[in-house]
Amino acid sequence: MSATDPTDDTLSRLIARHRDCEGPLLPILHDMMEAFGHIDEGTYPQLGRALGITRAEIHGVVSFYHDFKTRPNGHHTIKLCRAEACQSVGATETQSALFDRLGLTDFGTTPDGRITVEAVYCLGLCACGPAALVDTQPRGRVSAQSLATEVGA
Amino acid sequence: MKIYVPLDSAAVALGADDVAAAITSYAAKAGISVEIVRNGSRGMVWLEPLVEIEDAQGRRAFGPLSPADVPALLEGTLKSLGRVEDIAFFARQTRLTFARCGLIDPLDLTSYAAHGGLGGLKRALSMTAQQTVEEVTASGLRGRGGAGFPTGLKWETVRSAQASQKYIVCNADEGDSGTFADRMLMEGDPFSLIEGMVIAGLAVGATRGYVYLRSEYPVAIRVMRAAVDIARENALLGEDILGTGTAFDVDIRVGAGAYVCGEETALLNSLEGKRGTVRAKPPLPALHGFMGQPTVVNNVISLATIPVIFEHGAAHYAAFGIGRSKGTVTLQLAGNVKYGGLFEAGFGMTLGDVVTDIGGGTATGKPVKAVQVGGPLGAFMRPDKFETPIGYEEFDNAGGLIGHAGLTVFDDSADMGALAQFAMEFCAIESCGKCTPCRIGSTRGVETIARIRNGDHAAIPLLEDLCDTMRDGSLCALGGFTPYPVLSALNGWPQDFGVTTAEVTQ
Repeated sequence: MSATDPTDDTLSRLIARHRDCEGPLLPILHDMMEAFGHIDEGTYPQLGRALGITRAEIHGVVSFYHDFKTRPNGHHTIKLCRAEACQSVGATETQSALFDRLGLTDFGTTPDGRITVEAVYCLGLCACGPAALVDTQPRGRVSAQSLATEVGA
Repeated sequence: MKIYVPLDSAAVALGADDVAAAITSYAAKAGISVEIVRNGSRGMVWLEPLVEIEDAQGRRAFGPLSPADVPALLEGTLKSLGRVEDIAFFARQTRLTFARCGLIDPLDLTSYAAHGGLGGLKRALSMTAQQTVEEVTASGLRGRGGAGFPTGLKWETVRSAQASQKYIVCNADEGDSGTFADRMLMEGDPFSLIEGMVIAGLAVGATRGYVYLRSEYPVAIRVMRAAVDIARENALLGEDILGTGTAFDVDIRVGAGAYVCGEETALLNSLEGKRGTVRAKPPLPALHGFMGQPTVVNNVISLATIPVIFEHGAAHYAAFGIGRSKGTVTLQLAGNVKYGGLFEAGFGMTLGDVVTDIGGGTATGKPVKAVQVGGPLGAFMRPDKFETPIGYEEFDNAGGLIGHAGLTVFDDSADMGALAQFAMEFCAIESCGKCTPCRIGSTRGVETIARIRNGDHAAIPLLEDLCDTMRDGSLCALGGFTPYPVLSALNGWPQDFGVTTAEVTQ
């Protein structure tokens, strides 16, 4: 998913789609992630005016949730589960091997900006771990190799 | 021929989409006419992708299937597992909540109705609100999300509250590792959840409902959204439910990756568009919930069980189970287990029966070291607790909790010291920050466990004291229950912390 610059026009459309629902902020932020790949702080004033909330409140919400990013991810995102059920079948070792393979020392984006590896805590694939989401595709019994191959690394 | 290939996340994670594509392409090449139905999962994850062929003889199962098996499957030379209903793991179950899951096309409302769907709603529509609540109370249903609170009592509180607007909120944010029943149900039988929410709306006088669904479940989100659209087109939702003039509608809302939003008050804040911080109780959400209005917050499995209770009657449901744990429990066998998957049965089987007999022990074939029941906030249980019956009070007495009924199995390679440290680390990452024992205590907990593991045994009483403070002083179960895995690991496997039993029990 490539990130595009947020334009006032697109943003207005996204806001209009949800502003009349009860609790519109999260649906709007999700749509912004989908449309722009990240949430730019530059959009806060427009969002705040439309919803009648302050810039601080928006920052508070964006920074609270793991899904909302203020910078775009790499071209591919691997969400690797590190919760207990996956740990019981070797997720911690898979994680180290994947980091080695991609040249990462922690969760984050590879230096070439292509691949982002994120930690996730449970994908509901607890009987076929270690599990991951590759972009939006569920994957079970993964290895560092199977994940790296899928994202072309 | 009709071929069922699951769309369930676990099946897809193990290659179901590739199998479906291979079937389409081979059938076209060989001139075989096939109709592919993407069903939910039958719950036997070790057999996924589990494909079923339906012909004059009935449905025959094949699995685990790979695209390479497709030619033999379509030419009729592949060995079948027989009928799903005859596979031992399946045959031993009592399927009430999951009766239709994997059996039907999840988005086929006609098929849903043909398999008992809507029967519960039609009966509820003939009852008064008070009778509807009484039926739920009589069933003995308790919240399946973890707390085990009597559902009928919660509904009665909302029903008797006076307000211009009430809400039904479905908590579909099960973030506990080892649990996947909500996901399987939403992917495999979404109309049962919708029907349950409509009945809840009738019972308490609510006209609006929300499903707060975790973003980690993209397949469930897609299926639920499609199901809501179909329900609206067919008057299962909307202004005139089944032509009775009653109104109820549902919206699907997606979470944003915060574990704490599985806690009901944090969930309500999140639904309102705020940070997912926990609210102090009282006031109870039943009286002061979403937008400050009376709100039923129920878990997916609780709500999806409502239709079958009304279809067969409260007494039928309450006849299953033991003591105050009535009906069926949807056990999820997870982690390092040979036969992983969903197993629905009346409460009362022992933990050992479930892990050893049904689950077949570990996948690696090594001895079971620990079973964590109830997710990251549940205690690690040793095999010497295997006699404990699966029941709310029975588990409480054994120092554990059933939670969402997920069981994560570990073999003897597990390092319980590392797992205890992880429990505190997880709490630190996911704490909403509202209360001090959880926000600060979890970070101090990570450090204190590290000290013990590095040989500083003087830190043991410190950790025990910290756990007391977290348990008694936290606002919600995240900080309040993290001591369960931590202390159960320390007391059950002191050697994994480099200490002796005597040092722990001092």
